[in-house]
Amino acid sequence: MDMFTEALERIFQECATTAVIRRIEAGGSHAELWSDIVASGYMDVLLPENEGGAGMTLGDAFSLFMLAGKYALPVPFVQTAMARGWLRAHGQAVPQGAIAIAGPEAHRSNANCLQAAGVAYGTVADWVLGEFGDVWMMLPCDVAVKEAGESRGSQMADLCWSSVPTEAVVIEKPETIACTPTQLAAAALAPLLAGAARQALDMTLAYTAQRKQFGRAIMQFQSVQTQISIMAERVWAMRMAAQLVCHAPNNVPSGRLAAIAKARCSEAAVTVADSAHALHGAIGITEECDLQLYTRRLREWRRASGTETWWACYLGQDVISETRGTALDYILSCSK
Amino acid sequence: MTIDTLDLAFIPEQDEALRGPVRAFLRDAVSGLPANLRARSWMGFDADFSRKLADRGWLGLTLPKKYGGAERGPFARFVISEELLAAGAPVSAHWIADRQSGPLILKYGTEAQKQFYLPRISRAEAFFCIGMSEPGSGSDLASIRTRAVRNAGGWLLNGSKIWTTNAQHSHYMIALVRTSGGQEDRYQGLSQLIIDLSLPGVTVRPIEDMSGDAHFSEVFFDNVLCPMDALIGEEGNGWAQVNAELAFERSGPERLYSSMVLVESWLTHCRGNPSQGSARLEAMGNIISWLTVLRSLSIAVTAKLARGESPAIEASLVKDMATEIEQAIPRLIADVIGAEPQIVTPPDLRRVVAYLEQLAPSFSLRGGTREIMRGIIARGLNLR
Repeated sequence: MDMFTEALERIFQECATTAVIRRIEAGGSHAELWSDIVASGYMDVLLPENEGGAGMTLGDAFSLFMLAGKYALPVPFVQTAMARGWLRAHGQAVPQGAIAIAGPEAHRSNANCLQAAGVAYGTVADWVLGEFGDVWMMLPCDVAVKEAGESRGSQMADLCWSSVPTEAVVIEKPETIACTPTQLAAAALAPLLAGAARQALDMTLAYTAQRKQFGRAIMQFQSVQTQISIMAERVWAMRMAAQLVCHAPNNVPSGRLAAIAKARCSEAAVTVADSAHALHGAIGITEECDLQLYTRRLREWRRASGTETWWACYLGQDVISETRGTALDYILSCSK
Repeated sequence: MTIDTLDLAFIPEQDEALRGPVRAFLRDAVSGLPANLRARSWMGFDADFSRKLADRGWLGLTLPKKYGGAERGPFARFVISEELLAAGAPVSAHWIADRQSGPLILKYGTEAQKQFYLPRISRAEAFFCIGMSEPGSGSDLASIRTRAVRNAGGWLLNGSKIWTTNAQHSHYMIALVRTSGGQEDRYQGLSQLIIDLSLPGVTVRPIEDMSGDAHFSEVFFDNVLCPMDALIGEEGNGWAQVNAELAFERSGPERLYSSMVLVESWLTHCRGNPSQGSARLEAMGNIISWLTVLRSLSIAVTAKLARGESPAIEASLVKDMATEIEQAIPRLIADVIGAEPQIVTPPDLRRVVAYLEQLAPSFSLRGGTREIMRGIIARGLNLR
């Protein structure tokens, strides 16, 4: 682990403890945690050094973003850092505050109101970036009608604006679009899913080594080993999918890779969460056991901004509508 | 945890540069073959085709120049393999020699063995098969009974091997045999021999599979006298040597692209026959996204091989997932074809689906079964 990643991990260990996560999920203030992360400078990792950033590439920042998943971070660090890099690449001034990103859930209704239902981190964001109708916008959350609490501790929110607020920031689309806000939403969730899945695997390894039944640790049973092996495969694939989408020139992820990463990470998230619970037994579904902090997020982040089915259809449409090139060509174009 | 992180890696430019020439060659050489024949790919035998590849310097890519190789390394082989498999080229003649017998001989062989075998492998003049399974020993290789006894004239070999891919077309078999002790000694007392399959006492009997092909065989050894230098590596070190080969065997593109000819045929079909349904979009998206991620994992393992590591556990993890996708492809595509009954499916495409449906179970058997892979992963996670 490099120096930057280690330093951020120490911050998360101190400031984003499971007690802090539970307090923020219960409606407590996230201001202190947020300002600790802002003060650390990590929010601007993707901005150039002469603008106060760390000048890192998205690829360098990948391991930082995984940590946010591993620590079930209850504030949108990944979304905000990625959005700040993306906004700057689009020549846009970068505002203060926490940014959530809406995926395909963002839309403009017939009545001309702007809506985004089930936005990840919608409860704690100051801004929502998304495609509303045909317009790329950042909308302020303080003037939105907000509905949250679909389950205890959920940080998803439904946001609604009856008209375009005056503080809205409209982002001009570039001539060639590399990554839409919808794709950015998917890209940001991939390392979060991969990090949380890794933590669920590690907790399962620790639990099955310690829990004894029939006179031996349950990890010694072959059926348990098989389930854990399958979990590990998924966790390794999720990490690779997330790393692929973070390998991006100019810190703007590729739209195709965002689709690939969100499809693969979302599907695998369910397998990992299900197996983690199966192997933890009843204790795993208690409030007291920390496993729920990660598995609830795996399921929420899977549903947010398009599930595996939505992104698979999106990708399939993209592959079939290309008029030339083989399937291998398409795969190679995603791995450059 | 002893499973290494698999980090994103990329094929170096000089190796990527091989892609254009091999594609141009394949356009002429195989695009005329029907898709159901191309779907056989590394089960398809064509010695002349392998020699044409050798003439162009595309065999022995990982072997040193002084033994007739190209001294290019695993990434060059990855590019060539990927193109050959995706095109459905009939590569089985040289496949095993090029993939693992050559590297094995390079690693463990004597100078004389290297000088004899490696140039022949690079020229597509020596084809190899791997003798592991026996009638009573599938996944449990410690229980093999084939035995070689050293006498004044060499190694006297008795026993049999089964499910040996390509034995009927091969000149040599690298076999795992018992040279000392008994079954109770498990992995002790096993050695590897290079067996000349033209020797008296060797009988090769091809076995027909349900598709009508005979890609594997049963091989009998009845008092076969192999010369002393048939032993490769160290006597009694066979198990360790076999395991060192596995990273080559288990992580490559052939664990990913077994159903690729079907993907390409179906993509062409979809583009030519529009449909309103979302079933095909979802299946296509799942297939392409899985293949993209697994290809990157396979390249990450290749990068470890290129650094001289032997990532056997990581290769097992990639193989298990990759073969799962290879097997899912015919199932997913068959389902979509049936979900769009109003669109006429060309017979050629249906023949590919039918062939792969029948052969797909073998994808997770060959090269070590799914159950064995998961056991290896569990060991990598310190569960056993």
